[in-house]
Amino acid sequence: MNVDSIMNGIVIDHIAAGCGMKLYMLLGLDSLDVSVALMRNVTSRKMGKKDIIKIDADIPVNFDVIGYVDPGATVNIIKNGELSEKLTIGMPERLTNVIKCKNPRCITTTEQELDQVFRLSDRERQEYRCIYCDTKAAK
Amino acid sequence: MRSVIDILDLSTDEIGGLIAVAEDIIADPAKYENLCRGKKLATLFFEPSTRTRMSFEAAMYELGGHVISMTDGASSSASKGESVSDTAKIVSFYADIIAMRHPKEGAALVAAKSASVPVVNAGDGGHCHPTQTLADLLTIHREKGGFSGLTVGLCGDLKFGRTVHSLVGALSRYEDIKFVLISPDELRLPDYVKDDVLDRKSIPYKETSSLDDAMGELDVLYMTRVQRERFFNEEDYLRLKDSYILTPEKLRGAKSDMAILHPLPRVNEISVAVDDDPRACYFRQAANGKYMRMALIMMLLGLHA
Repeated sequence: MNVDSIMNGIVIDHIAAGCGMKLYMLLGLDSLDVSVALMRNVTSRKMGKKDIIKIDADIPVNFDVIGYVDPGATVNIIKNGELSEKLTIGMPERLTNVIKCKNPRCITTTEQELDQVFRLSDRERQEYRCIYCDTKAAK
Repeated sequence: MRSVIDILDLSTDEIGGLIAVAEDIIADPAKYENLCRGKKLATLFFEPSTRTRMSFEAAMYELGGHVISMTDGASSSASKGESVSDTAKIVSFYADIIAMRHPKEGAALVAAKSASVPVVNAGDGGHCHPTQTLADLLTIHREKGGFSGLTVGLCGDLKFGRTVHSLVGALSRYEDIKFVLISPDELRLPDYVKDDVLDRKSIPYKETSSLDDAMGELDVLYMTRVQRERFFNEEDYLRLKDSYILTPEKLRGAKSDMAILHPLPRVNEISVAVDDDPRACYFRQAANGKYMRMALIMMLLGLHA
């Protein structure tokens, strides 16, 4: 399956197979009026299978979301059809307004103007907790 | 500006300092009676509490300060839809320090972020209650002379008891601590506390459902209430409730210097016949809470005797 190269935009590569759709949704790509390709289960020498997202527009992307969904993903910034920058994101220390706390007893459920903030509580286990109630984020 | 939301916001050195101040207050209360003159404590209680609020208020009065109170969230600004952060911001204009209880988890942190004075969490739902843990720590320190080398039994509802989770976290920072977790299977200490605190720090612990079996090895026994509403069925509750009631008979196998603690209120989990036993510390523990709150208020206001 072939997807055209992009001229100016972002390629998120080496996404763990199965995580592409989650990343697509959390980045809000479904609501963008630009060309976006989500490829799932692409054959990869290194990973066996991987997902790839190509965004054919120079738009701001929340790198924290990428690091949260898959810290192993790489981001290629494409300018004028050339690779201008290659980044590995890693896990962000904090996630703001990316995911919501599911604890019904959390203050964020009643005071909805509060930012939804999660902190990286365990790097090894890739675990985030709500800063307000310490509830673990569901992966 | 410093607030205390979780017991782990305080280092072991700071807790040691608070214990030393509390001991000094107990020894010489007159030295402290005017320390907070001209200062005001606001107690914001969005849900009912008797002992915690009174303990905070008594602490401030005994330091020579004043207290302004909101004792019932239902009759306050909260019932008109005011946010916790707005309330805390406004009360900061009226008081030098805030003690807040709220039914929602994380409410104290929200208050601390917007307040311009220190906020002490006096309980945020089932999440944290650091001043209860301070009372527990002073009690253990006074009764046992320190924390290191103790075998601490935690008995009853270890699943939902926030005081238990905080105490495990606080004690796990001292050397050579062992825990015996005594509860019915349904109310065991949650895995996240075991994984995050005990296993990660390689702290030895064992789990048992028999208080009798554990009794002989304990230096401290921390009792909690097994609440009927925590059980899925009445049969299980009736089967288990009596096994976690402390009686003089059950204490026969205990060490002669074991300290019995309970965050109170008790219902029936410690028989009144145990109250006269010199090992029963739970009323002294309630008194200790006031001294630790005095020490904490002083620390947060930067005051020294």
